[in-house]
Amino acid sequence: MYYFDPHIHMVSRVTDDYETLAKMGCVGMSEPAFWAGFDRGSPEGFRDYFRQLTEFEPKRAAWYHLQHFTWICINAKEAENVSLSREVIKLIPEFLDKPGVLGIGEIGLNKNTPNESTIFMEQVELADRLDEQILIHTPHLEDKYMGTRMILDMLDDFADLDHGRVLVDHVEEHTVRHVLERGYWAGMTLYPVSKCTPERAVDMVEHYGPERLLVNSAGDWGPSKPTAVPDFILAMRRRGHSEAEIRRVVYENPLEFFSQSRNFEFRPPEVPAEADK
Amino acid sequence: MPTLATRPELFDREFLALRAKILEIAATLDRLDRSPGSLAGDPRVEQIREAFAVLTSHDSDRAERVQLVFSRPYDPNWKNNLA
Repeated sequence: MYYFDPHIHMVSRVTDDYETLAKMGCVGMSEPAFWAGFDRGSPEGFRDYFRQLTEFEPKRAAWYHLQHFTWICINAKEAENVSLSREVIKLIPEFLDKPGVLGIGEIGLNKNTPNESTIFMEQVELADRLDEQILIHTPHLEDKYMGTRMILDMLDDFADLDHGRVLVDHVEEHTVRHVLERGYWAGMTLYPVSKCTPERAVDMVEHYGPERLLVNSAGDWGPSKPTAVPDFILAMRRRGHSEAEIRRVVYENPLEFFSQSRNFEFRPPEVPAEADK
Repeated sequence: MPTLATRPELFDREFLALRAKILEIAATLDRLDRSPGSLAGDPRVEQIREAFAVLTSHDSDRAERVQLVFSRPYDPNWKNNLA
């Protein structure tokens, strides 16, 4: 089955992972800008990172016929440095018109601090003003519930925001309802130890239905599994769900959400690339 | 989207995995008991006890309630209290 991974950090994966993903049915991915495992020291460090996301990763993905899309932002963890964050925010607009850039993300909260909240609000304002889609990171473990509720409260301050163009990621059992009830898209992240397992993700699909639900691997530089979405597909099959129901969650839903971005020029795998004709 | 398997079918499929997870928890608790030192005053011990109580309850939202046991509570006045 074809699938699209809506949240995976390929900059921290080796090229072999692109090949494995292609062999397992992945046809495309979206890669939000995030923390690199260490705090960067200057805006120029971010400019180079944004170039890697918009120039190099799409090429590396294309070697295996994968279509790579990305998001640009200052992430929640480095948002604690407000002055650096504001310099990075100034860089964002120059990347938003580049091919494959879907919007501003993954913005959000990490430890639910005042500084993180300030920079989150400033980036939502930017996205709102420029009519960009938004991808949101919610905190982990004990901070997730409070942080997710804070994020939803802050989004309430934007009366004209189109909730259908906002994806709130890393939802779990205690946060998914709050996100879906307000009309946002919700992403379930399959991750060892923290976040969600494939079986629990299937539970949430069964509980809330497939509408506005996405599933991703978030494969990154930490212990993670870039092929977690196929694990979810298998778990859905073992529960008896139809191929059409599975395809809706892992393929049609991501395409429906991302199609709202002007830079989402996705070529379905059934249509051969120019090079193949 | 409903669960498609019947309860007996699902139980058959999950029984060994459930058994293994409970044994893993039991062994971990035994390991902690055998170890030197004390956990007195560690608030996480009470969280674990609360989570066990949720597991043995009969409601169908156990996963959500266990998550909340391990979560900081939501403060609706956070905007005033954060600064």
